[in-house]
Amino acid sequence: MTTPTLEVRNLRTHFFTRAGVVKAVDDVSFTIASGRVLGLVGESGSGKTVTGFSIIGLVDPPGRIAGGAILYQGQDLAKLPEREMRALRGNRIAMIFQDPMMTLNPVLRIDTQMIEAVQAHAKVSHAEARTRARDALGMVGIPSPDERLQAYPHQFSGGMRQRVAIAIALLHHPDLLIADEPTTALDVTIQAQILAEVQKLAVNYGTALIWITHDLSVIAGLADEIAVMYAGRIVETGAADAVLDRPVHPYTHGLIGSVPSRNRRGEKLRQIPGTTPSLLRLPPGCAFRTRCPRADAACEQEPLPSQPVPERTVRCFHPLVAVAA
Amino acid sequence: MTTAPIIELRGVSKRFGPTYDAAARVARSIARQFGTAQKNEVVHAVDNVDLSVTRGEVVGLVGESGCGKSTLGRMVAGIMPPSDGEVRFKGDDIVELPPDRARDAKLKVQMIFQDPYASLNPRLRVEDIVGEAPLVHGLVKRADFDTYLDAQLRRAGLDPGYRRRYPHQFSGGQRQRIGIARALAVQPEFLVCDEAVAALDVSIQAQILNLFMDLRRELDLTYLFISHDLGVVEHLSDRVLIMYLGRIVESAPAEEVFARPNHPYTQALLAEVPRIEARKRRFTAIKGEIPSPLAAPPGCHFHPRCPHAMPRCSQEAPRLREIAPGHRSACHLNDRS
Ligand SMILES: Nc1ncnc2c1ncn2[C@@H]1O[C@H](COP(=O)(O)OP(=O)(O)OP(=O)(O)O)[C@@H](O)[C@H]1O
Ligand SMILES: Nc1ncnc2c1ncn2[C@@H]1O[C@H](COP(=O)(O)OP(=O)(O)OP(=O)(O)O)[C@@H](O)[C@H]1O
Ligand code: SF4
Ligand code: SF4
Ligand SMILES: [Mg+2]
Ligand SMILES: [Mg+2]
Repeated sequence: MTTPTLEVRNLRTHFFTRAGVVKAVDDVSFTIASGRVLGLVGESGSGKTVTGFSIIGLVDPPGRIAGGAILYQGQDLAKLPEREMRALRGNRIAMIFQDPMMTLNPVLRIDTQMIEAVQAHAKVSHAEARTRARDALGMVGIPSPDERLQAYPHQFSGGMRQRVAIAIALLHHPDLLIADEPTTALDVTIQAQILAEVQKLAVNYGTALIWITHDLSVIAGLADEIAVMYAGRIVETGAADAVLDRPVHPYTHGLIGSVPSRNRRGEKLRQIPGTTPSLLRLPPGCAFRTRCPRADAACEQEPLPSQPVPERTVRCFHPLVAVAA
Repeated sequence: MTTAPIIELRGVSKRFGPTYDAAARVARSIARQFGTAQKNEVVHAVDNVDLSVTRGEVVGLVGESGCGKSTLGRMVAGIMPPSDGEVRFKGDDIVELPPDRARDAKLKVQMIFQDPYASLNPRLRVEDIVGEAPLVHGLVKRADFDTYLDAQLRRAGLDPGYRRRYPHQFSGGQRQRIGIARALAVQPEFLVCDEAVAALDVSIQAQILNLFMDLRRELDLTYLFISHDLGVVEHLSDRVLIMYLGRIVESAPAEEVFARPNHPYTQALLAEVPRIEARKRRFTAIKGEIPSPLAAPPGCHFHPRCPHAMPRCSQEAPRLREIAPGHRSACHLNDRS
């Protein structure tokens, strides 16, 4: 068997704040092979971005990786010296940040930033770097790329800034791409253009993708596997099709039931009852317990990963599995 | 009885000129000396838009990335002056109001920004970001402040226990909810929502959209709702505007737009909507060239990509005109009958 591009094992990333320890990522494990797409979905604030930051080595104090391993082509990134991590970051491992201004410097022109990003990992002339930058802008659907290269980030629309960040992340055809809500600010036409480019990347360069998004229809069209997060944990994983059609964890089930197109126009939208617990005051046992329609006394214990149906891993004592009559 | 519009735009345009750094300025002045032709570098972000929104209405605004939606939204919210035309709030041109009444009008029209992080002051705690304006404007008494703040945070889906945190300590969607709480805390009459729920998972999104609909029912709150999520727009809006390269190309009641789209751009847009039922599809690249607002195609801006383009389309801009009651579209095809 070949080594997967990425294997995350029992990752824990915690923030040691004055108010207490925020367990943003708590015992998360998953694997992605070359050319595959993992859709990472889940509640807002459940730890998706922090998972991405942990992989690429950008967790700032008071946060730190408190346990686990992040194996990229077999080597543990969590133990890699920063100098070696820097050589990989933006080159073999890239991230499209949820906030494009994490990639872009507001006081520098787009061309300056993109040319620097090209030359950071490729020995090419200034002119060649500029050409690559221009082509990359064109590829993400920005018209008049030559003129637009001379603009500053604030002169772009929200979606254009996001597309520049995408273009930069794709420059070096990374082995692993973590895309954090990359197409939320984009209309469906330009979104399709970008998704087409990304699919090409996976096919032609074997890039493994972690695609973080709230848009379940994008996940449906793009992902091979899905991992669903709730309160710092992955609560369900499986093949994308199977999870979307037959969610087994009560949280996943509630989430898919809240998609607006499945509700009637103008009527109240369905939502999961109750509110997200603060990560500082999680109830003992299953974190979804206070909102779950299936909760009972058993759920006061911690549910461990189990496989109630083939090829599905779930953290739940009472998964929604059809009982044979 | 005719109800006066709460917001009215008349012939509103916005153009952005280029800004040059020192090197570019030198290059330009040299080019000018030698008479080299200069490219027109003005961005026509919004081009001659008329719009009238009545109290309690939800108007959806949809269009390609970069077509001018946020710019239009900022002008409606009174935080960016138009290059041409006027923006009226309850009949008054905001630019001409005396300062105290202009301030009042601005408070009544709030905007939830597309980019949650850039719109939050990184040095302020959440309690100040959300609570300062209501306190300053006397909407809440000091003694009631804590209760008020907690209620504002809770209804936007934020744990009041986070009130002393700074923006960088939140997730993307939590930051967006801070922006929502801030806008609602000053009890606005008109809300410009610019991709206001894009960073939220569908369940929290449903919670916020239900809140928006409750506020509309209880307080007649009026919305300009900018979004790329056509499912959300369809669910929420009374009327939908479709924008293409700075111009409104179609305007109709929501059901009508989704059932009978008239403009070829609207038709193309609706055909692209990804569905949760469509699995592992092959996404397709854009066909034809995306026109640039730096050099907008003459005539109908959509003609380079339009499957129905005729010779006339590249010469004459189609007017936005009524094709059915309440349904307007800007396309020459409607002239053939
Ligand atoms: N610097 C920090 N200090 C304390 N808590 C933090 C910090 N950064 C993030 N958190 C918390 O960690 C949790 C996980 O955050 P993360 O950004 O990973 O969420 P997410 O799943 O990406 O959510 P969203 O979909 O809203 O972007 C959140 O509850 C957040 O409040
Ligand atoms: N401050 C500015 N200076 C120069 N040009 C600008 C400025 N703000 C916006 N523009 C330009 O105006 C056009 C419209 O931008 P706007 O932000 O309104 O688009 P949008 O429809 O909101 O797009 P998106 O869906 O990507 O957010 C774009 O071409 C953009 O580059
Ligand atoms: S473990 Fe219990 S509370 Fe948690 S999701 Fe399953 S049934 Fe619900
Ligand atoms: S006016 Fe012509 S180019 Fe424009 S949308 Fe109609 S048919 Fe197409
Ligand atoms: Mg996030
Ligand atoms: Mg915008």
